[in-house]
Amino acid sequence: MNVTPLRRALVPGVAALALFLTACGGDSSAEEDGSGAGAGDLDTSVTGEVAVDGSSTVYPMTTAAQELMTLDGSPIQVSVGQSGTGGGFEVFCAGETDISNASRPIKDDEEVPVCEENGVEYTELQVAVDALTVVVHPDLAVDCLTVDELIALFGPKSKAENWQDINPEFPDQEITGFIPGADSGTYDYMAADVVADESETLRNDFESSEDDNVLVNGVSGTPGAVGFFGYTYFEENADKLKALEIDSGDGCVAPSAETAQDGSYTPLARPLFIYVSNKSYTEKPAVAEFVDYYVANLETVATGAGFIALNETDYAATKDALAGIGG
Amino acid sequence: MSSAATTAAAVTTSTLASGRSQDRDLRSLAFLGALWFSLFFGVAVLFALIVDTAISGAPRFDSALFTQYTQTFDPERAEALAATGRDPKDLSAAYTGFRSGIVGSIILMITTALLAIPLGVSAAVYLEEFASKTSRFSKVVEVNLQNLAAVPAVIYGMLAATLMAVVGVQRGIAIGGAVALALLILPVVIITTREALRSVPDEIRQGSLALGATVWQTTWRQTLPSAVPGISTGTILGLSRAIGEAAPLVMIGFGAINFAPEFPFVTSKIEAFPLEIFNAASDSKEVVQQAASAGIIVLLAMILGMNAVAIIIRNKFQRSW
Repeated sequence: MNVTPLRRALVPGVAALALFLTACGGDSSAEEDGSGAGAGDLDTSVTGEVAVDGSSTVYPMTTAAQELMTLDGSPIQVSVGQSGTGGGFEVFCAGETDISNASRPIKDDEEVPVCEENGVEYTELQVAVDALTVVVHPDLAVDCLTVDELIALFGPKSKAENWQDINPEFPDQEITGFIPGADSGTYDYMAADVVADESETLRNDFESSEDDNVLVNGVSGTPGAVGFFGYTYFEENADKLKALEIDSGDGCVAPSAETAQDGSYTPLARPLFIYVSNKSYTEKPAVAEFVDYYVANLETVATGAGFIALNETDYAATKDALAGIGG
Repeated sequence: MSSAATTAAAVTTSTLASGRSQDRDLRSLAFLGALWFSLFFGVAVLFALIVDTAISGAPRFDSALFTQYTQTFDPERAEALAATGRDPKDLSAAYTGFRSGIVGSIILMITTALLAIPLGVSAAVYLEEFASKTSRFSKVVEVNLQNLAAVPAVIYGMLAATLMAVVGVQRGIAIGGAVALALLILPVVIITTREALRSVPDEIRQGSLALGATVWQTTWRQTLPSAVPGISTGTILGLSRAIGEAAPLVMIGFGAINFAPEFPFVTSKIEAFPLEIFNAASDSKEVVQQAASAGIIVLLAMILGMNAVAIIIRNKFQRSW
């Protein structure tokens, strides 16, 4: 059988391609050692691995920190998964990851006991703010919703099918809803902290998707449609959507970086976190180096990745919490 | 029989084309129309999808797609960071690339092939050449193989993730993903290898045995080499299914990385190409979504390339007896 010549040619070919791709350009960051102004006190001699998993909302922010640190010359190998806030805590509390991204606080009744059982101690660090943005089709003549109207719109008991069911002053237009999937931290936050129904669910006759781009297309393409997602997705599609102002009792407030930072955009401004395993932080120099770098460059990382940076008080609180891990 | 059918088809076609027919009744025309619709529906949808993806990815068919790691920074912010001595091209999402995914998927394919081919071929050789064809055991295995081939990929991901956790292997490394993908394509490899062995004429085996060779020698020196075209075709088709899988790799804990995997690659953390495309497609920035579209075309080209290799091998080494 004369199969050998081809096989002989194929295997080294594929191997060479793999080697070429792994090798090319690998040293570009190392050359810039020392010149990286703004690198803070990054120690480029620290090596090691850092395993991160969790929220897909926080994912772009942690990858931005990873990219910036690599560009500043650090050889630390950070891998960032995105199995969702809940999925992230599952592996974090089993001790399999060093850091967990979260778009909501850890759940006291479900997740904390698992962490305790496995002896995983952790520190919660707030890294950014997100303005959960309620958007409608740009032609809809609605500009502002009160919190009660939000509950009437998204609550699990809601039967509203026309905007006039919510407020008689609203236009006579059918409501079509596009909301994030029930597994996401965004859904959890709207259900538990805004609508705050005991069931911690939202109405189930709205279309839902895990992909925020699907929600953007749904709302921008359907007259009378409403939806909600993180501020970044609104900002990138501001020409196709209209963001509603929210009235929590002190007048209508539009979502923006400023109103989210100063706390006036309530109750929809939500904190975004990373959870750091204390054991990993104290025992693995790479984890400590990465978290220190992340927090030191928090504003650059947050705004660079399209998030809203913390205000001074919250940033000080994050730095205090970080300082508390070692001690 | 078959020539009669061909003639009938030719008559139908020619009469349709000329518009002159004795049996131009409405029902036969409607049926033919339905057949044409079925044919073009699938092809047209696929064609539209590929063209649409290629157009939306058009701005990003550049070398950065292959040489850069994932880059998240908003292009304007990346420009602003240039003032701090960093190169905006190494941060800006407008230059994001799939280098870690392409490298990772190549490593993953080689490792998967190394796991799945020996296991699959050995299992098939046993079932086809050594096991009794009438025993109940063989029948049970046969039915189960067919069932396993239809199990959704994500189930294999969960299986492999549990396996890795039990063994105590780190999450997100190449070998974990390779085990999941190897399990996924094993039934396909076994089934196609059995088909290939079955197509080797019995005269070859009988001739070999008559000359005094043992069953083992017959299998190793005659049957298996004759079946190589069929085996390699089936294996490559299985691998090209595996290279496009993302779901099982999410279960294994594959994450975004921006470093080159270290030797030996199987224990290194890697990223997979389809997973990286998926992440890019759900990004908020349009430049990243464009890169995802370009990545889809590259992945498609890789899969078509693998299928082409399978066809070349089959045509080149096919024997007729």
